[in-house]
Amino acid sequence: MEHFFNISVITDNFTYFMIGRFPHGPLGGVGLTLYLAVVSCILSFFGGLILGLLSVSRFPAVRYPALAFINLVRGMPLLMVIFWMYFLLPALFGKIAENNTVIMALSLFTSAYMSRIIVAGIDGIPKGQTEAATSTGLKSWQVMYYIVLPQALRNMIPSFVNQFVSLIKDTSLAFIVGVSELTHVATQINNRTMAFPTEIFAFIAIVYFILCFAFTSLSRWLERRLSWSKAI
Amino acid sequence: MIIFKGVHKWFKTLHVLNNIDLHVTPGEVLVVCGPSGSGKSTLIRTINQLEPINEGTLIVDGMDLSDKKTDINKLRAEIGFVFQQFNLYPHLSVINNITLAPIKIRNIPKKEAEEQAMELLTRVGLAEKRDAYPLQLSGGQQQRVAIARGLAMKPRIMLFDEPTSALDPEMIGEVLEVMKDLARSGMTMVVVTHEMGFAREVAHRVVFMDYGVILEEAPPEDFFMRPQHERAQQFLRQLLTPMQSQ
Repeated sequence: MEHFFNISVITDNFTYFMIGRFPHGPLGGVGLTLYLAVVSCILSFFGGLILGLLSVSRFPAVRYPALAFINLVRGMPLLMVIFWMYFLLPALFGKIAENNTVIMALSLFTSAYMSRIIVAGIDGIPKGQTEAATSTGLKSWQVMYYIVLPQALRNMIPSFVNQFVSLIKDTSLAFIVGVSELTHVATQINNRTMAFPTEIFAFIAIVYFILCFAFTSLSRWLERRLSWSKAI
Repeated sequence: MIIFKGVHKWFKTLHVLNNIDLHVTPGEVLVVCGPSGSGKSTLIRTINQLEPINEGTLIVDGMDLSDKKTDINKLRAEIGFVFQQFNLYPHLSVINNITLAPIKIRNIPKKEAEEQAMELLTRVGLAEKRDAYPLQLSGGQQQRVAIARGLAMKPRIMLFDEPTSALDPEMIGEVLEVMKDLARSGMTMVVVTHEMGFAREVAHRVVFMDYGVILEEAPPEDFFMRPQHERAQQFLRQLLTPMQSQ
């Protein structure tokens, strides 16, 4: 009676894997994983941009706190940051949904890494570009906004993709604080059925792979579309 | 128009500009030459403060660069700068390379800025390249676009830092033609170059530098025919007959 690979545990719970109890209850499963990843992705892009720009500021009073923050976050395990946000944010600001504390944690953590990618991207633009723009009379923020960043961001796309693929996978750590994303849903079903851990975890491994692969494919397409060095 | 008075500059311990006194009058075309490392590039880069000076007085277009209250961006808008490596913005089309500064700084409407840019592109002979990207152009074409970009702000001074040194020999002529045109139109120009033909034809004065010092300052005919300083004589010999100079 025991098959080697019992697919029915997947098919029976497929909707639960995909969207949790939605629409009758909160969103869960793959849906929640994507929600956490996309929101954190957007927030950490801007967070990283701001941190990156602050950390190359001319003013030490701005630069050093930014660098200290980046190094602090990079020196901590993500799980620790998730715990910190989970316990700290409600203590500071009252009740906050677990989803949001996880989004905060993922965004802060990824922002710190993103900021270094952005600094490297800015440093990678030849000095002549800044000098040319400066010599036409543009102010330094205009040079950054119109000349340096548009070029730097395009060069950074591969590194961004790396970071965001990590981010998609990192959402799985949210299960530790009871956020019902894909991994949490899988452990729930595993605890309930007790007999099919191989099937369940092989399935979610494939789902994570598909999510990440879809994202890298999307970004390859984006990279081609944004390529401006048409003559090289 | 440009006045250097006892200007000094150091890079760490290297004395790159040593007590420079120089006066450029409106409409003058000044050629600066000298061996590499002589400080000529640094000299021209101090004029729009790409390199700040350490000591002395530098007055450009009536504004004192050693005065902290001087709005340097405002001054830079009045000075066009052409680089050895062109430094066009690779992510912008030719027309946008030229119109960026006029639109963002002078607040000129886009349409008007583009009309002006087309006039300049026609002047440098590249009107048909308006929508090309810099990397699709040859070096000579890129440099002509860079000159158009410099002119788009309607500058009162144009600075050229070895504008033909990165070009293949057959492209040097087209860039020099544009520069000669500009010189004849009465633009105040400071040109760092080794193109002695250009210097002879349009320069009003030639300055020879070495070790951060101005060693000789003369009208081109005197400089080329009767160089006074020994280093200048040696430099000219090497420039004119590089194979037989040793």
